[in-house]
Amino acid sequence: METLAIISGGIIGAAILMYVVLDGFDLGVGILFPFAPDEKARDTMINSVAPVWDGNETWLVLGGGGLLVFFPTAYSIALPAFYLPIMAMLFALIFRGVTFEFRHQAHTSAHLWNRSFFWGSLVAAFAQGVLLGALVQGVHVEGLRYAGGMFDWLSPFSILTGIGVVAGYGLLGATWVIYKTEGEIQDWARRAAIVLGGGTMIAMAAVSVMTPLMRPMIAERWFGGINLVYFAPVPLLTGALAVWLFYSILSKRELAPFLSAVGLFVLGFLGLAISLYPNIIPPSVPVWDVVAPRSSVIFALIGVAVVLPMVLIYTVYAYSVFHGKASAKGGYAHHEHE
Amino acid sequence: MPPIDAEILARLQFAFTVAFHILFPTLTIGLAGFLVFFEAKHLRTGQEIWLRLYKFWVKIFALTFGMGVVSGIVLSYQFGTNWAEWSRITGPVLGPLIGFEVLTAFFLEAGFLGVMLFGWDKVGPRLHFLATTLVAIGTAISAFWILSANSWMQTPQGATFVDGHYVVDDWLAVIFNPSFPWRFLHMTTASYLTTTVVIAGVSAYHLLADNNREIAKRSFSVAMWALMVLAPLQIFLGDQHGLNTLEHQPMKIAAMEGNWETQSHAPFHIFAIPDQKAQTNHLELSIPWGSSLILKHSPSGVVPGLNEVPVEDQPPVGIVFWSFRVMVGIGFLFLTLGAWGVWARWRGQLTESKWLSRFAVLMSPAGFVATLAGWFVTEVGRQPWTVYGALRTADSISPTVTGASVATTLVLFLIVYGGLFGAYLYYLMKLVRRGPEALSVRETEEKPEAIRGARPGLVVPAE
Repeated sequence: METLAIISGGIIGAAILMYVVLDGFDLGVGILFPFAPDEKARDTMINSVAPVWDGNETWLVLGGGGLLVFFPTAYSIALPAFYLPIMAMLFALIFRGVTFEFRHQAHTSAHLWNRSFFWGSLVAAFAQGVLLGALVQGVHVEGLRYAGGMFDWLSPFSILTGIGVVAGYGLLGATWVIYKTEGEIQDWARRAAIVLGGGTMIAMAAVSVMTPLMRPMIAERWFGGINLVYFAPVPLLTGALAVWLFYSILSKRELAPFLSAVGLFVLGFLGLAISLYPNIIPPSVPVWDVVAPRSSVIFALIGVAVVLPMVLIYTVYAYSVFHGKASAKGGYAHHEHE
Repeated sequence: MPPIDAEILARLQFAFTVAFHILFPTLTIGLAGFLVFFEAKHLRTGQEIWLRLYKFWVKIFALTFGMGVVSGIVLSYQFGTNWAEWSRITGPVLGPLIGFEVLTAFFLEAGFLGVMLFGWDKVGPRLHFLATTLVAIGTAISAFWILSANSWMQTPQGATFVDGHYVVDDWLAVIFNPSFPWRFLHMTTASYLTTTVVIAGVSAYHLLADNNREIAKRSFSVAMWALMVLAPLQIFLGDQHGLNTLEHQPMKIAAMEGNWETQSHAPFHIFAIPDQKAQTNHLELSIPWGSSLILKHSPSGVVPGLNEVPVEDQPPVGIVFWSFRVMVGIGFLFLTLGAWGVWARWRGQLTESKWLSRFAVLMSPAGFVATLAGWFVTEVGRQPWTVYGALRTADSISPTVTGASVATTLVLFLIVYGGLFGAYLYYLMKLVRRGPEALSVRETEEKPEAIRGARPGLVVPAE
C-alpha cells in the first residue's frame, strides 16, 4: 500500500504541476492584460490562449478530482481548511473564464470584461499562491479531520507566496506572449518579462530561506548530512536557469524564455516536493495514512495508465494546430468586426 | 455536530450552484449532437444552409459551454469545502467515477473545442468534423460518469462500509447500479428534448420575424421531426424510470404521488397541498385509481405510503410533489407541440402556421424548467439521505465549517451567478436576434451543386 500511496501522490503532484505551468501562462496573460500597449495587443493576447485555456484549466479539475480519488481523507481535510482562499479562487476563475466569450460578444462593454479578465486572473493566481503557502506552513489536523479555524491559512508567509505566484504566472504569461507575438507587443512583453523575472527570483529566494527556518524538519531534509549533496543540483540548476532566462530575453530569443520560465516552475515544484515528502497535508499527514482503499486506487490507476497518455497526445495535437504567431484577427476578434 | 443552520445553508448553496450549473450542460449535450448532424449534412450535400446553421448554433454552443465549465469547476471543489464528511466516506466510490469523467470526457471536450471553434482555416473539413464529433462524444461520456455517480447515491450497491468509509467490492456493480441506466437515458433525452425545443423556438421566432426564412424553415423542420420522436420517447422513459424508483426508492415515489397511506386503488392527485405536519393532503383533486394504474398497471395495485417510515425519514413532500407535476405537465405540452407539428406538416402548413410558431416560441425555455423540476424530484426525493438509506445529509457536511462562511459564500454565489446569468441571457438574446447569416445571393439551397461546383469544403471561410 505504501508504494501505491507514493505513486498516487506522484500522480496528484504531476497533475498540479501540469496545471500550474499550463494555466499559469494563460492566467499570466490575464495579469498582464491592462498593461498591454493597446486594444489590438489585447486581442492578440487573448487569441493566443483562447483555443487552449479550457484544456489548461481541466488540469485543475484533475488535481481536485484526483485528490478525491486517491486521497479522499486528505481532500476532506484540505478543502475545509482552505475554504475561503479556495472560494476566492473559484469566483475569480468564474469571472475570468466567462470573459473569453462575453468580451467577444460585447461592443460597448468590452472594457468591463477586460477588467474582469484582469482581476479574475490576478485573484486566482494570488489565491493559488496563498494556498501553496498555507499548505507549506502546515495544517492543524486531529484524528484525520481539520481542527483549525476559518483563517488559519492567513499569514505573512502565505501572503508572500501569493505575491510570488502572481509574479511567477506573470513571468510565464510574458514569456508566452514573447513566443506568440512579434513587433511592438513582443518588445513590450520582453520588458515585462525582465521585471516579472526579477520579482519571481526574489520571491523564490525568500520562500527558500523562510521555509527551512519555519520548519526544522525541512531544514534537516535539505541540509542533513549527505542530503545536501543529493539535493544541491536543485538550487544550482535554478540559478543557472535564471541566468539563461535573462540572457535569452535580452538576446531576443523567442521560445527559450518561456521554456526557462517553465523550467523554473518545475524546479520550484521539485524543491517543494523534497521539502514536504512524504506528507500530503504537512506537517503530520503522510500519503500512506490517507490513501484510498486498494480497490479504488487500482481502478483509478488503470484509468490513468490507459487514458492519460491519450490525453497528452491529443493535447499536444491541439496545441500544434494553433502553432505559430497569434494575431488580433481570427479567433475571438473575428466574427464581430467582419 | 455543527449547528443546523450550517447544514441548511450548505444544502441551499449546493442546490443553487448545481441547479445553475445543470442548465448549461443540458443545452450543450443536445446541441453538440445537432452540430454533428448539421456538419455531417453539410459535408455530404455541400449545401450552404447546413453550414449557416452550424456557424450560428456553434456560437450559442460556445457561449453556453463556457458557462458550464466555470460553474462546473466550482462543484468539484464544493464537495470538499461544504461536504467534507461525504467526501471522506463516499470518496473511495465516487472519487474514481468523477476522476474518470475528468480523464475521459473533460479533456476530450476541452482539447477539441478549440479546434471546433477556431480551427476552421487550420484543419481540413474532415478533421474539423472529427473535432465536432469528439466534443459531442465527450459530452455524452461526461453525462455517463456523473449520472453513474449520482445514481449510486440513489441506489448504492457494490461497496461495503468498513472503518468509517466505503470500500468498493465490485466496480461494475457500482457503475451500473440499478437506477443508472434509466437515469442516463432520461437525462440525455431531456438534454436533446430541451435543445430541440430551443431550436424550434428560435427558428419559429425567425419565421415570425420573416428573417432568413429559408434557413429558419430548415431548422424548424429538423427540430419538429426530432420532437415528434423525442417527446413520446421521453414520456416512456420517464414512466420506466418511475417504475425503477418505485422498486428501489419507494418513499420518493410516495412523495411524488403525495400518498400518505400504503393502499390499493390509490388515486392520482392532479392537485393537492401536501401537509407534512398533519401527514395529509388538503384540497385534493384526484383521478380515482390513477396512481395504482400508473405504477402497478392495475387498479388493485398497492402503492407505498409515506407513513411506512418515521417522519424524520420522509423527504420534503411538497417540493417533490409539485416539481413532479411541473415536469410531467411540460412533458405533455411538448407532446402536444410535437403532435401539432405532425398535423401541420401533413397539411403542408408546418412553417406557415403562425399559431404553431407562436406556441414553439413560448415553449422554448420550458425544457430547462422541466429538467430542473426533474432534478428537484430526484434529489429532494432522496432526502434525508445523501446515500439513500445509508448516509444522512446531516452526517455529510464539513464539521468545522461555520454557518457564517457558508452564508457569506451563498450570498456571493447568488449575486455573482445572478449577474452572470443576466450577462449570458443578454448575449444569448443578441445572438438569437441576429440569427444565422444570410445565404449568399447566388446560392440557393435547391441546386447548390450546379452553382457551387463539386465540393465546397469547410476550409473556405464563408465570411
